[in-house]
Amino acid sequence: MISIAIIVLGCLGIIFGIGLAVASKKFHVKIDPKIEQIEKALPSVNCGACGFPGCAGFAEAIVHSDAEINLCAPGGEECVHEIAKIMGIKASTKERKIAVIQCQSGGINNTFLKFENTGIETCQAALILSGGQNLCKYGCLGYNDCVRVCPFDAFAIDKNNMRIVDENKCTGCGKCVDACPKDLIQLITISKKVNILCMSHDKGKMAKTSCGNETVCIGCGICAKKCPVSAINMEDNLAVIDYEECVVCGICADVCPTNAIIAKKIEEK
Amino acid sequence: MRSKTFRGGVHPHDNKHYSNEKPIEEFPAPKRVVIHLSQHIGAPSKPIVAVGDFVKKGQKIAEANGFVSIPMHTPISGKVVKIGDFPHPIGTVQQAIEIENNGKNEWTDSIKDNEKFLQLSVDEMKNQIKNAGVCGMGGAGFPTIVKLSPPKEKPIDTAILNGVECEPFLTADHRLMLEKPDEIIAGLRIIMKILNAKSGIIGIELNKKDAIKIFKNKLKNSKNMKVVPLKLRYPQGAEKQLIFAATRRKVPAGGLPMDIGVVVQNVGTALAIYEAVRYNRPCIKRITTVTGEIVKSPKNLRVPIGTMISDMINYCDGTNKNIAKIISGGPMMGFAIPTSETPITKTTSGIVLFGEDDIIDTTEQVCLRCGRCVDACPMNLTPTFIVENVKNQNYEEAKKVNILDCMECGSCSFVCPSHIQLIQWIKLGKLEVGKLKKKE
Repeated sequence: MISIAIIVLGCLGIIFGIGLAVASKKFHVKIDPKIEQIEKALPSVNCGACGFPGCAGFAEAIVHSDAEINLCAPGGEECVHEIAKIMGIKASTKERKIAVIQCQSGGINNTFLKFENTGIETCQAALILSGGQNLCKYGCLGYNDCVRVCPFDAFAIDKNNMRIVDENKCTGCGKCVDACPKDLIQLITISKKVNILCMSHDKGKMAKTSCGNETVCIGCGICAKKCPVSAINMEDNLAVIDYEECVVCGICADVCPTNAIIAKKIEEK
Repeated sequence: MRSKTFRGGVHPHDNKHYSNEKPIEEFPAPKRVVIHLSQHIGAPSKPIVAVGDFVKKGQKIAEANGFVSIPMHTPISGKVVKIGDFPHPIGTVQQAIEIENNGKNEWTDSIKDNEKFLQLSVDEMKNQIKNAGVCGMGGAGFPTIVKLSPPKEKPIDTAILNGVECEPFLTADHRLMLEKPDEIIAGLRIIMKILNAKSGIIGIELNKKDAIKIFKNKLKNSKNMKVVPLKLRYPQGAEKQLIFAATRRKVPAGGLPMDIGVVVQNVGTALAIYEAVRYNRPCIKRITTVTGEIVKSPKNLRVPIGTMISDMINYCDGTNKNIAKIISGGPMMGFAIPTSETPITKTTSGIVLFGEDDIIDTTEQVCLRCGRCVDACPMNLTPTFIVENVKNQNYEEAKKVNILDCMECGSCSFVCPSHIQLIQWIKLGKLEVGKLKKKE
């Protein structure tokens, strides 16, 4: 009896084995080994900064649809070179960008409030309620939507409830830029680190009285006058830097009466 | 007869005893009014006055901007002081026109009494309603003229007047039904004539027995109009729930009542329609309840649109304790507003004030999966799943579980034992889902 079972199962095994072998030959899908190699070179954080669905999607796009290879912000220069080597093309790197927060109020703890918000603690939800609880309608709401969305843990919160971007950890993927409902975060190239720490279009006195902080743009226009390359424009009571023109001289930061501009060159690691 | 109702819903304490015995009082013309340009659903109106202009009571100050829009009129005579941003009772800041009273109380000359108003042609009636700027007075503020102009392929056979007022605390519609039943019935006649509807129904909740009695007496000999008493349950006054209870018809998801041959109007709107057709009077006043435990004398007021809420609170002798929360509208669907220097609009049916003792701590706990929100949802949705998706920013999935069918009645938040702010999350999710649509 046992021998019949062995023969039957053995035959079945052989038949299926042959079937699978034929199928695997016939329906073989050719995968470009480059895709796998590029995927390995990418940082695999799936942040979406390149505009493709994850690192795998980006790798496929490079190989099949000629996507630009320097789109990966977290990977940086190293990654671009590696991809260039795999693809056998010349690399043109972009300068690294980092996120800067253009408000120093720190949200709920530091600013003057219109009302006490007991609703859902996210910036998006706070925005629905009269545009947020802050007296300043331009300022940071302080519910940390940007912190939660960051895939690189680059945000820290100091004791004044202000969010600080760690320049070494930030890769410039831009997720926080999309997450901020008040549009307070901007990506700037790392060599041009001049930043205005306020986004208030209110007039001087109003801006000062509605913010709990001293570093407020009061729209005095001194920085615009003193800038040697006229890279600063006054737009509706707010100084706005044109980064194309800026030479990072630092004069604007020195003359600002409220210290609302910071300018420093940081060394690339 | 068994009283009619719908599936789901909740039973909050109705708290109407504060003001349901108080007759409607005429509010004296305020020193200044602020008329919002967006008091309704649809495009904001376009201002047609400039700063410094003198306007007479009832004069048009903003015109309709498109078909789904309404004109605005001033309820006082005086000078236009400012056109700019003012707080809106839905909790945002929007454009409005501020007018300072000159104390002369001059009417424009368009007002006349036409006793044979029912013999006017349909087009004349519609024109007058359109020019009067009437929009739904129940809360949503859908322009009435749009509801009264259904496309030809959608004939209307039933007109329903909504006298349910299921929101706790509010008694404005109740008092209106007690004091002006003839005007409301005349309003219903006008609506039925315009729509060529065969039957008219007035739906009233059972906690307003006196109003039911009055209308039953008045409509004793009427063949095509009747009163339908409805069971005490929130949200009985929601359009789709009211239609189901009164006619057993279901509005399809994403559809309008006119798809199934029904049009619903609030009783307050019926009065505004009557005044527009008979007297050619623009919609410049509404009845609003100022109530709450801490209010010294809660009142039902007939207030000029644009009156500051702070003026109304002062007229009701102020409050016993400090105000902790001001809600425009009812406590279930209303909006908490940050300042009492907010003007009322055509849709503000009540001002409810709460003291510090009335506010309970609503710290969110985890979901117990008890399913009470599912039982309570009158739209047969699953609020907990929707909210889970919104919390995870999975807006496409939220759309698949029909987040857009939610009417934000708040029943789910009311029953949630974990104090999850379901309705706030859903409101947030609806906004985000709307953004998805725009991207496509």
